[in-house]
Amino acid sequence: MKLLTMATAAIVAASPVMADLVFPSLSYRTGPFASGGIPFADGYADYFTLLNERDGGIGGVEARLIECETGYNTEKGVECYEATKGEGALVYQPLSTGITYQLIPRASADGIPIHSMGYGRTSAADGTTFPWVFNYPGTYWDAASIMVNHALDEEGGSLDGKKITLLFHNSAYGKEPIRTLEALSKKHGFDLNLLPVDSPGQEQKSQWLQVRRDKPDYIFFWGWGVMNQVAIQEAANIRYPMEKFIGVWWSGAEPDVIPAGDGADGYKSTNFTGTGTDFPLFADIQEYVVDAGLAAGDGQSLGQVQYNRGLFAAMLAAEAVKVAQELHGVTEIDAAMMRDGMEALSITEADYSSLGLPGFAPEINITCENHSGPGMAFVQQWDAASQQWKPVTDYMTSDRETIQPLIKADAAAFATENGITPSCS
Amino acid sequence: MFYRESGDFSTTYPQDSQTFPIRFDRYRYYAVLAVAFLVIPFIINDYWANAVFVPFLIYAIAAIGLNILTGYCGQVSLGTGAFMAVGAYSCYKLMTAFPEISIVIHVILSGGITAAVVTLFGLPSLRIKGFYLAVATLAAQFFLVWLFNKVGWFYNYSASGQISAPERSVFGIIVTGPNTEAWAKYMICLIFVTLCALIARNLTRGSVGRRWMAIRDMDIAAEIIGVNPMGAKLTAFMVSGFFVGIAGALFFSVYLGAAEVGESFGIDKSFLVLFMIIIGGLGSIFGSFAGAAFMVLLPVFLKNVFVGGLGWPTDLAAHLQFIVSGGLIIMFLIMEPHGLAQLWRLAKEKLRLWPFPH
Amino acid sequence: MPEQFLFATEVVLNGLMAGVLYALVALGFVLIYKASGIFNYAQGVMALFAALTLVGIMDGQVPFSHLINAIFGTEIHHFGWHVPALLAILLTIGVMVVLAWAVQRFIFRHLVNQEPILLFMATIGLAYFLEGVGDLMWGSDIKKLDVGLPQGINDWIDVTTFEAFGYGFFIDNLDISATIVAIILVGALIAFSQYTKQGRALRAVADDHQAALSVGISLNFIWILVWSIAGFVALVAGIMWGAKSGVQFSLSLIALKALPVLMLGGFTSIPGAIVGGLIIGVGEKLFEFLIGPMVGGATENWFAYVLALIFLVFRPQGLFGEKIIERV
Repeated sequence: MKLLTMATAAIVAASPVMADLVFPSLSYRTGPFASGGIPFADGYADYFTLLNERDGGIGGVEARLIECETGYNTEKGVECYEATKGEGALVYQPLSTGITYQLIPRASADGIPIHSMGYGRTSAADGTTFPWVFNYPGTYWDAASIMVNHALDEEGGSLDGKKITLLFHNSAYGKEPIRTLEALSKKHGFDLNLLPVDSPGQEQKSQWLQVRRDKPDYIFFWGWGVMNQVAIQEAANIRYPMEKFIGVWWSGAEPDVIPAGDGADGYKSTNFTGTGTDFPLFADIQEYVVDAGLAAGDGQSLGQVQYNRGLFAAMLAAEAVKVAQELHGVTEIDAAMMRDGMEALSITEADYSSLGLPGFAPEINITCENHSGPGMAFVQQWDAASQQWKPVTDYMTSDRETIQPLIKADAAAFATENGITPSCS
Repeated sequence: MFYRESGDFSTTYPQDSQTFPIRFDRYRYYAVLAVAFLVIPFIINDYWANAVFVPFLIYAIAAIGLNILTGYCGQVSLGTGAFMAVGAYSCYKLMTAFPEISIVIHVILSGGITAAVVTLFGLPSLRIKGFYLAVATLAAQFFLVWLFNKVGWFYNYSASGQISAPERSVFGIIVTGPNTEAWAKYMICLIFVTLCALIARNLTRGSVGRRWMAIRDMDIAAEIIGVNPMGAKLTAFMVSGFFVGIAGALFFSVYLGAAEVGESFGIDKSFLVLFMIIIGGLGSIFGSFAGAAFMVLLPVFLKNVFVGGLGWPTDLAAHLQFIVSGGLIIMFLIMEPHGLAQLWRLAKEKLRLWPFPH
Repeated sequence: MPEQFLFATEVVLNGLMAGVLYALVALGFVLIYKASGIFNYAQGVMALFAALTLVGIMDGQVPFSHLINAIFGTEIHHFGWHVPALLAILLTIGVMVVLAWAVQRFIFRHLVNQEPILLFMATIGLAYFLEGVGDLMWGSDIKKLDVGLPQGINDWIDVTTFEAFGYGFFIDNLDISATIVAIILVGALIAFSQYTKQGRALRAVADDHQAALSVGISLNFIWILVWSIAGFVALVAGIMWGAKSGVQFSLSLIALKALPVLMLGGFTSIPGAIVGGLIIGVGEKLFEFLIGPMVGGATENWFAYVLALIFLVFRPQGLFGEKIIERV
């Protein structure tokens, strides 16, 4: 009777005697984007379960995960935020561009940090204007620049006169990289062509006929939901060379490529976490979480791109808690202490190894001026035969010289519009 | 017993034609207003404001707007979401262009702008009727969303196309932006709702309203007895647009604070508001309120029962929520096709005779 | 031939193909509207539900496994067998017939003689309900649908046109099969309604409910029949669209693609649905090709509606719809 035990667990958890660390998980296991949301939410939940089961929590205090279903819907996200913030939430992972934009002002006013990991508002990388918002380990503008760098490497260092098409979801999310790509196209001399696809993106024939006529040298892809599967299928249909088709990190997970079968072979995407289960930590997850019957999902998604990303998000939160506990000398931290912990977060390769995740992600070093961390990612390629993502590059850095002024400008605009004086507290 | 009319005599025409001619009704109405204005603001907290009351009040305005068009004038519209977006974006442009002018005036002006846009999209209604018109309003829905997404001027050329409401205050009380107190949000919406409901109620029982209803019941017959169909239909679109625009402006500036057109004002919104008026009751101001309350409360209630009360996994709860809301909607339509307002009317009839029915 | 002209021809051809796919969805709407006056918004969700059921049966998924596991603490997910596509399709049709019966028995039998808008809202309620049931039964993750339809560029057309005009046209094999299936489907529907007893009864009901009743036709049976046929059409549409994108929630949104087709063709005409589909398909693709680049693209979502709206202003009942006669 799993439901009964869950019900009792909920009642026990609701009683206020137990001190714990609260992590709301604004997941979306339903709706048009569920295929990406389910493994992420599972990874996020499983890591905290592991910490509780194996280590007895973080620094001796149990972690408590409150899951709240948003269905990727902004209003439900607000409802979830209001419902969970009173429970002593330490950090929000809003998991949707729309909800992130909603929560940035609210959470800043309430004093709760937001970690929009690799999504949300790019200029939140400027911690002087957005003290409560973090988007490490990288932003969309980093991703765009890394894609350009990868193309540069492939072309032997010059993109002069090359044609690059940006195929994007016609929404806040998809429009994010345009500014950076425009700046980079001036710098490197490539032609940028913008191809928007309206949500949901089931019918993309026009766009792909245009691709077929224009024959761009590269396609950069900012898709989400059903748009990913259709775009990859259509690219295979017109026999576009898949190794020239590069997606952002939200357009490169197993559910995106599997429906296209062999046609997806060779498709590339950026990513900032390791894939697969070849890390010592997964043995622990298998032992303490999956085999103990505590896994959030059915245990099938372990090692998938989105699962590992959710796991990574949870790990970063847990590490920030450890830093905060050390900084303030208390184990039961609050949201403000959590923020300090996030701002002083530093994870080196040795730390990754001791966590059981050697080489899992780039080294991270957060300061007040830089809330987006290293801005590093690698490019991975789908191998349809073995049904696996294979990394094809090492971690690459983005062109921060070009991006930084753009971030400053956008942050400054936000600061004037909202009357914020940028400073480091 | 509770609902007595004996001894309740009207001695003048104004008395006879007032909104609540029965004394008990009148007192109940004053009591509701008193609770809404004098009790709730003092006990409201962030959760209740943001999850229940503010969306309820704003949707009530939108539902009144749509009810005027669909319930009173018989023109089905599926463009409510986009019309709310018109209100939201006009409000945003006004707020950023004229920061020194009060937000209240901006909201009302946004209503006016929306009224103009909606009237424009109402023009085809002179030729097209019924479901064809409903689907035709979808053209407005998709075109406007695309327009707001595409033209940078509407969102002041921000990097991502999101609009966010700057902080504004009324009489020194902050009403928009993140630092707004729960009660301030609630109060500004409440004031707008009260005024809108008053205007709507008085319009619908006057000559304008009677013209709308004549068109709704049979447009050709109405034309024969001298109702100008163009005037009646277009005024309905205009008035409806005004209310929907106000709802959109408040929705963006007070409730959401930041919005993206495709996500916040998509076709789901259009259907949601249409649901509200059908569940609540077509052609009834009370029905607009009841429907809005029902559609706002139902998901919150179900979620709290399934997840909070029973502790079920959130995805199971979300699926069940779909099943239960779909089932409830169908059940309602079968049991009471004229909506909650009709239930309320029946209850009043019963109460009149209680405890001695014939 | 000038290049632009070749490109435009290619766009038109692909528009026609896309139009067939739209028409497939629109057909389901027309069938139900004609027979019962119900504007069935749930048609898109029915396509999703049918496709989900098909994939679930093919992969031997245990229905409601998630719910069962949560209640009983078990760990069951699959029966461990694979059902061949044809048998799975037949089983799915069976499920859709049961669904048709349930819809008629539990919903529309109670709503006879209500206003059209109420019936419409009831179908939206049905859409929510089915969406929840589909997710609960089969899970909300994305599924690969493979019933053996060919996909990808048709080489023969590519090579032939390249030799003839110096530019190879792109036609998707899936679109070609969809067209063939659509032709067979419409042919079968026409044959059914012309040459079978039930088909003639169906047409009689579509013409006049009361007259049909008076000659002894069971309205109830006809409505179950027509919902079953619509369920079958939904399954076909679900297979075609699901093959492109995998089976997932977004499949239900194809209903929005069918609405302008209906407006244009008229709610009551099967040829209207097909011609409307083709016009919309070609129109939106051509507009995106010619005007799209000037206004920034992504025009397809609204252009279909605006095009239909323009047609409606001149013919308020759609191209092939029955003339609306109003009497006082």
